[in-house]
Amino acid sequence: MSSKRGAAAAALQPDAVPLFAALGDATRLRLLGRLSAGGPLSITRLSEGTGVTRQAITRHLHALGRVGLVRHARRGRERVWDLNRKRLEKARQYLEQIAAQWDDAAERLRAFVEQKGGEER
Amino acid sequence: MAVTAPTPDTTSTDRIEKRVVLRAPRARVWRALTDAAEFGTWFRVKLEGAFAEGRPIQGKLAIPGYEHLTVEMLVERIDPERYFAYRWHPYAIDPAVDYSAEPTTLVEFTLEEVEGGTALTIVESGFDRIPLTRRAEAFRMNDNGWTGQIKHLAKYVE
Repeated sequence: MSSKRGAAAAALQPDAVPLFAALGDATRLRLLGRLSAGGPLSITRLSEGTGVTRQAITRHLHALGRVGLVRHARRGRERVWDLNRKRLEKARQYLEQIAAQWDDAAERLRAFVEQKGGEER
Repeated sequence: MAVTAPTPDTTSTDRIEKRVVLRAPRARVWRALTDAAEFGTWFRVKLEGAFAEGRPIQGKLAIPGYEHLTVEMLVERIDPERYFAYRWHPYAIDPAVDYSAEPTTLVEFTLEEVEGGTALTIVESGFDRIPLTRRAEAFRMNDNGWTGQIKHLAKYVE
């Protein structure tokens, strides 16, 4: 962040830090898990069996909503929450990028050990 | 606590696992992994010295545009022809930052003989301990084309 390049890069993804911060909480990760498996869901349904109060769940949903990970909509008289899959996808990109680098490295390793005469030098 | 819904893969952030089958004898793959010069050839880093358990080793990246960056690894374990592990700072690519106080990730290579060659499993884990700001930083660096650069090179050398 202190480098010039870091500062320039920061302009590209100014929202990545709050995004990761929002993900760094066990209750919020569980909420994302439930929405991922069976959303959209109401706060009542999301609170069921969690041992966490509706108020706390609401607070967590709003924290996730602020960084765009979840959205809410009206369904009849109910308010329901759902994942914003596109945003979650962004958070996954970090690991995917590193995974892609390992893919590339593994392919270079393959070329290296499988080349002719690679068995013995 | 009472929640039993499993956390789906979409929220897994700690670990990467790769498995490839290489058409080469296990001894050949082992040498490519644990001979520092051979490792450097395919990984693209000019390591100074040899890998030894408990010892740090470092070298400059050998990727055009990134030659000024130093990679530092701490070898954890060398279990001949079976297991090789080291720790490092993932994406420690800002020369202005001292990464030494930050948590490291663990990179593990496991070899196994299979029909027609050697199965190699690569696991990198511990990302959840990396500071959030650093993860976000690395994420931004990625968007700046780090991956594209490496992909381009992989094609170029083959």
